[in-house]
Amino acid sequence: MSFSKTIEEINEKIKKGKAVVFTAEEVIDLVDEKGLSEATAMVDVVTTGTFGPMCSSGLFMNLGHPQPRIKFNEAYLNGVPAYAGVAAVDLYLGATSLPPADPANRNYPGDFLYGGGHVIEDLVAGKAVRLEAASYGTDCYPRKKVDTMITLAEINEATLFNPRNAYQNYNVAVNVSDKTIYTYMGILKPKTGNANYSSAGQLSPLFNDPYMKTIGIGTRIFLGGGIGYVTWHGTQHNPTVERAENGTPKYPAGTLAVIGDLKQMQPQWLRGLSFLGYGATMQVGIGIPIPVLNEEIMGYCAVRDQDICAPIVDYSKAYPQREPGNLGLVTYADLKSGEIIIKGKKVPTASLSSYAGAREIASTLKAWIEKGEFSLTVPAAALPSAGSGIKLNTMPQHDPEEGEEQ
Amino acid sequence: MVRQKIVLRFPPNIVEEPILYMLIKDYKLMVNILRADINPRKEGRLMMEISGDEADYQKAMSWLKQKGLTVMNLEQQIIWRSDRCTHCGACTVICPTAALNFKRPEMTVRFEEDKCIICELCLRACPARAMETLVDNANFR
Repeated sequence: MSFSKTIEEINEKIKKGKAVVFTAEEVIDLVDEKGLSEATAMVDVVTTGTFGPMCSSGLFMNLGHPQPRIKFNEAYLNGVPAYAGVAAVDLYLGATSLPPADPANRNYPGDFLYGGGHVIEDLVAGKAVRLEAASYGTDCYPRKKVDTMITLAEINEATLFNPRNAYQNYNVAVNVSDKTIYTYMGILKPKTGNANYSSAGQLSPLFNDPYMKTIGIGTRIFLGGGIGYVTWHGTQHNPTVERAENGTPKYPAGTLAVIGDLKQMQPQWLRGLSFLGYGATMQVGIGIPIPVLNEEIMGYCAVRDQDICAPIVDYSKAYPQREPGNLGLVTYADLKSGEIIIKGKKVPTASLSSYAGAREIASTLKAWIEKGEFSLTVPAAALPSAGSGIKLNTMPQHDPEEGEEQ
Repeated sequence: MVRQKIVLRFPPNIVEEPILYMLIKDYKLMVNILRADINPRKEGRLMMEISGDEADYQKAMSWLKQKGLTVMNLEQQIIWRSDRCTHCGACTVICPTAALNFKRPEMTVRFEEDKCIICELCLRACPARAMETLVDNANFR
């Protein structure tokens, strides 16, 4: 650890337009060529990116009061229900929310053409969205009904708040059964006909800072084409799983909760998605800068696809039934080659996370930093990491009929 | 010699006529059916590859149009909306002919229309719904 620098020093260089920034992809060759210590001295920031479906995403809004005032009891945006159990004209619209009239899987496999993620995409694109809301009326909020068109520019706040994004690693989904299945990992053909994965691998934020030594609460990030922040560890955060020698987890592990003002985001990086037979969701673009504080951090950033692995999981039975175990581990280099071998059989692979998108996000963030438009933040607190002792629980199952001790 | 992938659309009154038999017998064309949606008393749709003598082919096409059938090139049927495509690649393992495939190392999706057989599996396999068809499918569901 001969060379080290601080975030303040890096920010000074950013301000002067002199920061040296590499993407997590570009930095691999640099470290190969120059060696770890020279690369550490040379590079100030490594940018990462990911652009995948992230169901645990949504939008807090304050729509402003009509005259007379209303306290929403239920509310719909383009027919998609938003959560109204907060203050009068506040709402939370989840990415997977579906209109009550959606046939869902009654006509299996359902199309799920329009859900919460699509509404968010429409809002960011500046489209007018129909708000229908109802209330029971109170002395202070007498109005019982609204039906109006709203746009993002006209409402007070629109705060994207995603409780779980940027998964550190994910399952590779296959289907060992005899019939096609429709999952949040896409269409899985029978008899292990395809293997679908969902991570940017060597470009993914939490693979480049596997122990979350630089990414913490308050970290400023690229979110949905604008600026956002890490607010907390994400739900289902599980940083204590088994790790490879390079620190990357071998199984789905850490997650991030992120926040940002929707009004400065772009529809290109918040896309409504329809997963056949599963539901609607949203594809979210996230990019996180990693300050190259020392050789250890640079070593993490130089991680490459052939040194990161993910578990192959059967989604016909093992996953839905919570059966432990998997069909083996495979590297992201193999996954990205388009074909892997599972139990002696060649299986074509496909991704649900866009690597081209991840690359564009990392490059965009790099350009922002190089131009001095985006500076780095010192985290207010660290996120729970490998030593946190976190254990992922299953749902408690207790018989409600037994009652509580009086 | 000509080899062409086409789509024939039949009005309901012609669905029950042996069009293919005539193409083979009277015009000496080789036909390879890629896909057919034919229902009695409803509009029908037939996608196929035709090969044969150029003059015979032209005569056959005129005869089909005269019979009231619509003839279209197969390539124009499925549209890849590159503005909606996020280049995830989910479609590439579903497309049976690899018309939708992944370009490496760019890791971007490309659509090679000449390989498309209009199976339409991509329409619903694409999470961003970037694949569209010009044909109104309502009659074929």
